[in-house]
Amino acid sequence: MAKILAVDDSASMRQMVSFTLKGAGHDVVEASDGVEALNKAQSGAVDLVISDVNMPNMDGITLISKLRQLPNYKFTPMLMLTTESSSDKKSAGKAAGATGWIVKPFNPDQLLATIKKVL
Amino acid sequence: MSIDLSQFHQVFFEESFEGLEVMESSLMELDPNAVDGEIINSIFRAAHSIKGGSATFGFDVVADFTHVLETLLDEIRDGKRGITQDGIDLFLRAVDCLRELLSQLQQGDEPETEVAQELKQAFEAILRDSDGGSGGDAGAAAGPAEPASASEQSDAAAAETRWHVYFRPGTDTLRTGNDPMRMLRELAALGDIALAPVVDALPSFSALEPECCYLAWEISLSGAIEKEQIEEIFEWVADESEIRISAQAPAAAAAHRWSIAFRPGADMLRTGNEPVRMLRELADLGELRVEVQAQQLPAFAQLEPERAYLGWQMTLVTEVEKSRIEEVFEWVVDESELSITAAQGTAAEGTAAEPAAREPAAAPQAVKAVEAAAAPKPAAKPKPKPKAAGGGEANKKPVETSSIRVGIDKVDNLINMVGELVITQSMLGQLGNDFEIGRLPNLLEGLTQLEHNTRELQESVMRIRMLPISFAFSRFPRMVRDLSRRLNKKMDIALSGEQTELDKTVMEKIGDPLVHLVRNAVDHGIELPEERIASGKPEEGRIMLNAYHQGGNVVIEIVDDGRGLNRERILSKAVDKGLISERDAGSLADEQVYDMIFHPGFSTAKEVSDVSGRGVGMDVVKRNILALNGSVEISSKAGEGSKITIRLPLTLAILDGQLVRVGSHTYIFPLVSIIESLQCKSSLVNQVAGGCDVFQLRNEYVPIIRLYDVFSIEPDSRNLDDSLMVVVECDGEKVGVVIDDLLAQQQVVIKSLEQNYQKVEGISGATILGDGTVALILDIPGIVKIAGVRHHDDNRVSSLAQSHSELMMASASA
Repeated sequence: MAKILAVDDSASMRQMVSFTLKGAGHDVVEASDGVEALNKAQSGAVDLVISDVNMPNMDGITLISKLRQLPNYKFTPMLMLTTESSSDKKSAGKAAGATGWIVKPFNPDQLLATIKKVL
Repeated sequence: MSIDLSQFHQVFFEESFEGLEVMESSLMELDPNAVDGEIINSIFRAAHSIKGGSATFGFDVVADFTHVLETLLDEIRDGKRGITQDGIDLFLRAVDCLRELLSQLQQGDEPETEVAQELKQAFEAILRDSDGGSGGDAGAAAGPAEPASASEQSDAAAAETRWHVYFRPGTDTLRTGNDPMRMLRELAALGDIALAPVVDALPSFSALEPECCYLAWEISLSGAIEKEQIEEIFEWVADESEIRISAQAPAAAAAHRWSIAFRPGADMLRTGNEPVRMLRELADLGELRVEVQAQQLPAFAQLEPERAYLGWQMTLVTEVEKSRIEEVFEWVVDESELSITAAQGTAAEGTAAEPAAREPAAAPQAVKAVEAAAAPKPAAKPKPKPKAAGGGEANKKPVETSSIRVGIDKVDNLINMVGELVITQSMLGQLGNDFEIGRLPNLLEGLTQLEHNTRELQESVMRIRMLPISFAFSRFPRMVRDLSRRLNKKMDIALSGEQTELDKTVMEKIGDPLVHLVRNAVDHGIELPEERIASGKPEEGRIMLNAYHQGGNVVIEIVDDGRGLNRERILSKAVDKGLISERDAGSLADEQVYDMIFHPGFSTAKEVSDVSGRGVGMDVVKRNILALNGSVEISSKAGEGSKITIRLPLTLAILDGQLVRVGSHTYIFPLVSIIESLQCKSSLVNQVAGGCDVFQLRNEYVPIIRLYDVFSIEPDSRNLDDSLMVVVECDGEKVGVVIDDLLAQQQVVIKSLEQNYQKVEGISGATILGDGTVALILDIPGIVKIAGVRHHDDNRVSSLAQSHSELMMASASA
């Protein structure tokens, strides 16, 4: 199955995402902020990135734009987890190269349904 | 797949409480006049995480409340509005409120929302007040609107509709990781789909860029589909793409059952046509069953890889016209054998006849997609309550088993120690295998090393339970700030030695006493600004909390530069309460006078405020500290301030003990309580009224307790000249305890008597010595009490302090 990078500074959200994805048979790599995620993404190719937006050290939008510049991640789907359906966050994400978004709160089924769109 | 979210609750609560602490300390740092972006950012992040988590895990009360906070913080962060001191106060109250809500939820209780509602309204008022509030209002409006539209959606979901969709993705769509194919596939999952590509924008081959999207599609889609579901699929690309969705007349055609026989021409692959793609396209039209006809397959040796040999017999249940099916085969119909005939029976019969075969086909998938899209939203509203209750039940137990976080360095250190222990063990083992007396020095060396290892290991293990005292100190800046605003005083709090480590259990028990002492310092100690200026002090009062290690103890000091304790007022109050007689008042040392504030029901505050001063508390403070084997003392200078010093043992599990012997029994004194040990001299012992013996220790008189009397055991000698005396401190007074002999000093591991046997007066616990015998640990105040009771049996005045003060007077008059 797919190898997915889950990035969130909140341990509970990260665990929930990771547990859900693992339950669906995916391989999950976790990172707690953008910097860590960038390192992990560079050290091993992943098929999908799911990242929170607000994080210390490096936020999700910066992370996505940095990943997008890497040749390996030119077409990799990257989803952001946002709380608001606020359009400026989404457009900032899109400008950085995000594939799409998942609006919090979401439940595990919604998460799985969403990633089906891109895997 | 359903996942029990309650398994993440514990982590959520833990990180939320941490987040609240971050918010609190950041808020305290925040200066309304010079807003630091990074501070606001960290407050925002904490609120944001709590909101996201609580919404996800179904704690709507918390999520709703935090949403307002977050909106406001976002605007402050973006510089759309400033923040005032009152605003900070409000945020701090919100932090308290959240903490309360979360801990109620954690306990599995129904949260009380009154305060939250009130605060929420206050925040909403702020949001409405200024122009910057527009974003917030929009957010708030969007909140309630969502479930409404969701329910509409589910109500209307039954109707069968036919949609026409035109979709032209933006040329850069692929570069965002979006793939139009996936969207089309998702559309197909919603219902029956038929689509035709629009290739008008396709450039010439040389101008074609592989990373761009040139195609567009005309899609017709039918099924029980809502427009929102279609829009949702294109949600991420809606901005840069051209998307038109229009409803067509409801699908009139009933499902037909078509029988299709298809045998492609042998050369079909060479034309770039792919039979599998056609089959897939057919499958998109409806429910397709395929049987392969492989009769013409040649022997393997004759098989040409580029030729088509297979044929298919298919059954298709669909609403589309025959022409639509023919369209699929349009390009190959000339060279292929194709027959399309209407099969007998309606679609419904077919479905009934072969339900098993249909199972994995498209229809259930479509239903599932509808469920996934529609179900969660309406469910979100009614869900949280039972969920919170259920989660609570499941969580009740884990709440009680507390955990500690241990720094990885401590664990590493421990592993290192164990490694050394293993080395020592193997060395000793080797030595034991072929031991001869000449190697005795090696053995002794090994044993010394073993002792060294063991002690270090013990210390490392104990250190795991140690937490920096900042855990207890961290709440004070906030508390002092709030109190000073409430009392109209100005003050500053300084913390030092926050990294001093203390056993977790001790830490938990010292928290409340510290709170009380700091409150007292703020309320009674620090004066009002005018008063301070009048007495030549800086306007701003200062409270210092200080912690450090001293010997085997942790010392905590609470220092204020306020008015100090008023000796006269304490004395007159003590006389009023009948604690001392007026006659005695003059002769008491300052220390003894100050100690009186620890008496139950003693308060010198002129008016009782809600901060402190009900006279309950100081006695409890002292009792709690004593229960921890600690001590507390006060020093004070009128007009300059007071200093309260608390001494606590580092841990409750291990004690530095002095072993002593009385007759055949071994007892242990806590080393911290011992002042000195000396040879008794009967010539220095006097009897005073009340039957208590006193010993003249230099220029003091110290009451004597004979341990063999207290425990009714047989000593080596009842003659004081043959005995030793250990002078210990009890409640700020010295007491001499007569014993037979002093043995070693060593650390002992405390075993609880209450857990293993029952509580014994005068004994605080037991331990097991190196030779396997049990030794009892003495509880000094307990012994003094027993001895006091025995001595004063006649007149029932059972306080040693009484005899002590009598003694003082006797010596004064002598």
